[in-house]
Order: sequence, then C-alpha cells, then structure tokens
Amino acid sequence: MQVTVRELWTMVHGMGFGALYLLACSGALVELWRITVGRGVGEMSDGQERFLKVYLLVMAVLAWGAVITGAYVVYPWYRAVAPVGTVDLSGYPQRLLMHSAATSGWHSLGMEWKEHVAWLTPMSITMVAFVFARYGRELGRHRQLRAAVLGFAVVSFAAAGVAGVFGAMINKHAPVQGGAVISLSDGGAK
Amino acid sequence: MTTRAEMMNGSGAAAILAAGVGAMALGVMAVAGDKSAVVKSSMIFYKPTGLLSGVTTVAILIWLGCWGLLEWRWRKRSVAAGRVCLVALVLLGAGVLLTFPPVGDLF
Repeated sequence: MQVTVRELWTMVHGMGFGALYLLACSGALVELWRITVGRGVGEMSDGQERFLKVYLLVMAVLAWGAVITGAYVVYPWYRAVAPVGTVDLSGYPQRLLMHSAATSGWHSLGMEWKEHVAWLTPMSITMVAFVFARYGRELGRHRQLRAAVLGFAVVSFAAAGVAGVFGAMINKHAPVQGGAVISLSDGGAK
Repeated sequence: MTTRAEMMNGSGAAAILAAGVGAMALGVMAVAGDKSAVVKSSMIFYKPTGLLSGVTTVAILIWLGCWGLLEWRWRKRSVAAGRVCLVALVLLGAGVLLTFPPVGDLF
C-alpha cells in the first residue's frame, strides 16, 4: 500500500483540515443556535463557555490550515503547466479537466468558485471565535451581534461545503498525484 | 476593570463589519483579477499559486486593516448594532455572489 507525497498533502488539506472543519462546524452551529434563540446562554457554565471558546478557536485553526495548504501546497500541483507536446496529462489536473468538454466545467465553475469562496470560511469563523472569546455568555445580551455571528457561521459552513464538494469531485475526475512514493505497507501476497 | 455588565457592543460590531468588508473585498478582488490585465499581473505574489495568492492576500489585509481601525474607534463605544450587522451580512452575501463565476462573468 503506497501513497505519494502529493496525495498525502491532498488528504491533509481535504480530510485533515476540511472535513474535520465541516464536522466541527455542525456542532458549533447547534451551540450558536442555542445561544441565538436565547436558550442555553443562561444555562452555560464557566466550563462550557471556556470549552466553546477553545472549540471555536480550534475551528479557526482548521479553517486556516485548509485554505493555506490548499492554496500554497496542493493548488500549485493542480495548476501546473504541462510542457508543450505532453500527451499524458495525468500529472496536470487542470489541463486534464480542460482537455475535455465533459470535464472542463469542474475547473471553470468548480475550481474557480472553490478557490475563492473557501477563504470566506476562515475569515468568518475567526470573527465568530473572536466575538465569542470577547463576549462569552454576554453575547446573550446582544441580540443583533449573536444573530450576525450565527449568520457568518452558517456562511462559513456553506462555503466550506462548496469547497469540499467541488474538491472531492475535482479530485475524482483529475486527481492530484505524483511526487515521492511513501510505502505504508507491503500488502502481503494472498 | 471592565465587568461583563459594562461590555459595549462596539468591539463585536467592529469584528462583524470588518468580516463583511473582507468578504466583499475578496469578491471584488476575484472579479477584478479575472477581468483586468493590470490587476492580474500585479496580483501574482507567489508564482506557483498565481493570481489567487494576491487576491486573497490583499483581501485579508483589507479585512484586518478595517478590523483594526474599527476596533480602535468602536471598542469602548456602543454602536447601532442592528444597522452595522445588516450591512455586514449584505456585504457578506455580495462577496459570496461575486466569487460565483457566473455572477463574476456579468462584469
């Protein structure tokens, strides 16, 4: 069983940071919703408040990890320019997608949207984490602030979802692959 | 020492509005980079990542700059949070729309 360095980084980006963010976001949205509708704020203990502050901070770290590894590690491999005359485009995912009318939309719509909208996720959740760190349970006293915080958290979830869905589909049609091979096990002959 | 009961809404409103401005800046930069050759050529901060490196870096700088400025002005004040939050959410929505390629292509 083997994995290449590029595949490993793609997994770190998509599964390590992206998918974990989406999982964490669903939990955060429930808690922020409870706060927004007014229930849960008064009931929140010091420990629960501290937990949610750390939880949102970790989410911000995950979101920044996802976009930074995506843009500066994986994306350069995705958009690599194939030398003139290259017939096998498997090492050039963007060119491979654009080569066929059946797959070009995955780049022209999917990647073009994903590469930008994904950045709204860390920006939004960093703001959410900051506001909750600053106000904590006191957010319950600021109806407009907590409604806006929930709105931004929902958009961060949606933006991460768009990035995740298109990322998965693009990598299915034109996987980022190549680089040094890492052997995980010899598999064993059966 | 500031107690919980004394907390003003200015700091939270500043963070929320700045996030809206940052989202809008990202959308505008994405469209500008796609449509203008001058912007495109000046926004490549890291060649392997191309235009995306400049678009996102500039949007983040606008967001953080706006946040710092608003925090400085509003942190000890109470502001019209309803209006500020509404503007922020509209900016966020516009930013999301501008990143969507069929909308960006309208310009």
